[in-house]
Amino acid sequence: MKQYALFLGCTIPARLQHYESAARGVLDRLDVRAIDIKEFNCCGYPLRNINFEAFVLLSARNLALAERAGLDIMALCQCCFGTLKKAHVLLQEDKSLRQEVNAVLVKEGLHYEEGVEVRHLLQVLYHEVGIKMIKKHIARPFAGLNIAAHYGCHVLRPSTIVQFDDPVSPTLFDELVGVTGAESVPWQRRLECCGAPLRGVNDELSMTLTNKKLEDGKDAGADYLCVACPYCQIQFDTVQGEGGMSAKGAENHRLPTILYPQLLGLCMGIDTKALGLEANQVPITGIEGFLAQGKKGRSAGSSQPREAGRGKGAQKSRREV
Amino acid sequence: MFLTISVYLALIIFGAGVLYKIFMWFRSSISIGAADIPFSRRIVATFKGILLTLASVKIFTIFKVFILDVILNRRILQEDVLRWLMHLCIYGGFVLLLLMHALGQYTSAVVFDNYLSTINPFFFLRDLFGAVVLVGIAIAIYRRFIAKVPRLMTGRMDLYAIVLVVVIICSGIILLGTKMASYTVYEQMVADYTLLDPEESQALEAYWVQEFGVVSPTAQGPFDAETLAQGQELHSMSCAECHIKSQWAFTGYGVARIIRPFAVWLDGLNARGVLWYIHFFACLIGLAYLPFSKMFHIIASPLSLLANAVMERGRSDPAVIATKQIMELDACTHCGTCTVRCSVGAALEEIPNINILPSEKIASIKALASGRKLTQSELKAIQEGVYLCTNCYRCTVVCPVGINLQDLWFNVREVLLQRGLPELSLLSPLSFYRGLMSGEMTPRDYNKPLMKARKAIADKSGIQKEQDQVVPLPRTDREFKSRLNLSAQASTFSVCFGCQTCTNACPVVAQYADPQEVLGLLPHQIMHACALGLRGLAFGSAMLWDCLTCYQCQEQCPQGVGITDVLYELKNVTVEQMGLQTSHRVSAR
Repeated sequence: MKQYALFLGCTIPARLQHYESAARGVLDRLDVRAIDIKEFNCCGYPLRNINFEAFVLLSARNLALAERAGLDIMALCQCCFGTLKKAHVLLQEDKSLRQEVNAVLVKEGLHYEEGVEVRHLLQVLYHEVGIKMIKKHIARPFAGLNIAAHYGCHVLRPSTIVQFDDPVSPTLFDELVGVTGAESVPWQRRLECCGAPLRGVNDELSMTLTNKKLEDGKDAGADYLCVACPYCQIQFDTVQGEGGMSAKGAENHRLPTILYPQLLGLCMGIDTKALGLEANQVPITGIEGFLAQGKKGRSAGSSQPREAGRGKGAQKSRREV
Repeated sequence: MFLTISVYLALIIFGAGVLYKIFMWFRSSISIGAADIPFSRRIVATFKGILLTLASVKIFTIFKVFILDVILNRRILQEDVLRWLMHLCIYGGFVLLLLMHALGQYTSAVVFDNYLSTINPFFFLRDLFGAVVLVGIAIAIYRRFIAKVPRLMTGRMDLYAIVLVVVIICSGIILLGTKMASYTVYEQMVADYTLLDPEESQALEAYWVQEFGVVSPTAQGPFDAETLAQGQELHSMSCAECHIKSQWAFTGYGVARIIRPFAVWLDGLNARGVLWYIHFFACLIGLAYLPFSKMFHIIASPLSLLANAVMERGRSDPAVIATKQIMELDACTHCGTCTVRCSVGAALEEIPNINILPSEKIASIKALASGRKLTQSELKAIQEGVYLCTNCYRCTVVCPVGINLQDLWFNVREVLLQRGLPELSLLSPLSFYRGLMSGEMTPRDYNKPLMKARKAIADKSGIQKEQDQVVPLPRTDREFKSRLNLSAQASTFSVCFGCQTCTNACPVVAQYADPQEVLGLLPHQIMHACALGLRGLAFGSAMLWDCLTCYQCQEQCPQGVGITDVLYELKNVTVEQMGLQTSHRVSAR
């Protein structure tokens, strides 16, 4: 059994608890143990604009805690992943920086000696569990479901640091989507930013970027957007949702967004309550209608289960895998 | 007479203090809207809210929270067993002592018709309760001074509270021990309750010296068995009815044994009289000081737990929430749980602003809410402290007294930002939460602080807005350049050969028809400005703060320049140089 220290970060426990429960549900089925380290703190990402040393220290403290527990880290958030990974490399390459950081950590009885690997959930699923194994756990594959897979910046780039997949034409996430029976559609802006980093800083720009992505995904024929990062998920959902920033032009492209463990969990037959399907602002419960033996045929937003294309889509995506 | 006056005086101060505190709950405010709600409306709304809650099904929630959280301290138990034990020992022991011993004549004497403090179970229990409190205090001292929990701060208030409890309990125990050993007290009792001939009184004295810890100046033993037997007989006739063995009060008896060598001398000095006054007045001081000390949480914390169990932002009346938030400040016990679990608390080592720590923010916010005049640098320090927060809610989840700290930070942040001091942390992903909450404020209130921050940077960089004006060429800033060269994340800027790939790859640049108009220098130009050591040009560019950190530029750079990381470093330098982290940041108190 593989085991990891589960790094939740700040956003998931506060604003996206179902990402955690869905991920735990999926990992449990796939025999990956997610262990909690209560002392984990912020990854350091939001402090990178403000103070480099503070960012490295916060990251290093997490790495040291994982090292003390003898575990590698699995992050659900891509910003956490990218940040921890960056600190990991910095501390590996720069001995004096490591000494400096350790001089602070020692006050809490901690020490870091580059022995921890940082992985994102998607990497664990792809490399550790493997597509074959996941396939064995699929009870009800999707059929005729088109998914726009949104990779997210901080798992892809800088590729020399994160080493996630080919930064120009990645396939890892598409394959993970494909294994569920859904079709991962090609779309132009799939590698671009969701806009979340500028939320609260330059909202207009942030929203423009988000809207462009949504529009592009919709144009590519996607029924749903699939993400694996809390920031991206909240951004896509709230920009389209009521309240949030729905004012300008967002209503033209309702492209509900689903978290990858929710998508996978549905095929595995995990309880929809644990997957938190009801938690979105733009509802996604209609996705159940795409399941091969789906009973509940509710529609989500503008996306209707298309009876005609169902079998074909499922076949095609299976071939891709 | 003097003692009676003291008791009433302490009671009056206590009562007036409590009333004043409660008055301030309705009077002060720390959120933007709350300042406009009149005092009378807040009182009416609060009492209406309380009555409506008590009359609704929420009464069951209140009841449950009262038992589990107020009485049994469930929230402390969930966080830390040792601390739970500590608190239960101190408060449980103290409450029982208060009821059984301090208010004995109104409680114990009424409930039990055989109540006498010198017979069991009362004699033993009083001592046991005191010992229980001492165990709690020992844990508190261990936690605060020996265990060295990281970032757990001990302030004056914490010290006073510990000292006061220690003085009350220890003076009580030592008083008991001194009394046990006192020959004068023994003689007095013999004179009052017996009629003995000299031989008998010698026998009784021998028995009490042997068995009860009395220290006699003359009879020191060892005594022969016959005398002791006679003494025991006399004891059972005259004393036993009201006196259980001293050993039952194990701490007091322990003291009596320890002071044995100088007990006669202490007796001569009337040490027990002095100790009685210390014990008595320590209790009165504790009572009078209670509303002004952290012990006021005895009153405010249960209220906070109960209020937060049934109140919610958006659902409850803002007038009641405004009052609740001030009350919560009094409910804080400065236990430090929030700080220990804070997501960014560890950053204190690099950004030494004590206001980063939630437990210390509270102290600053108390000063803010009291309306005290704070200096610019104090305000800046608080503002920076409340903004360096990832809004992870952990503090609120773990607070043992249920304070909604998250809402508190949110309100204080907005109040401070509206005062107009620029806050550069606003231009970081820390603002994601504020962005999500933008619906809670007017667009004007929302945008003003953002514009202030940007304007402050533009002003500082001295960049000329007028496009056509001829700008004198600034000199190369060598210090700036060498700092970048030495930086762990930015040193690659120097290999840029200006191919513009980064700028062409940038999704932000791509949003604008005339990007320079909006963004100032574009990524490749910023790299070039760094190479030329043009500090002002690099900093003044809006591009820095509108960077998504999506790393498209860095990924595609043919020269391997860490463009995004250089931008990060430039932002760090700007924050540092804007003097927002001044030397005053260390303490706002």
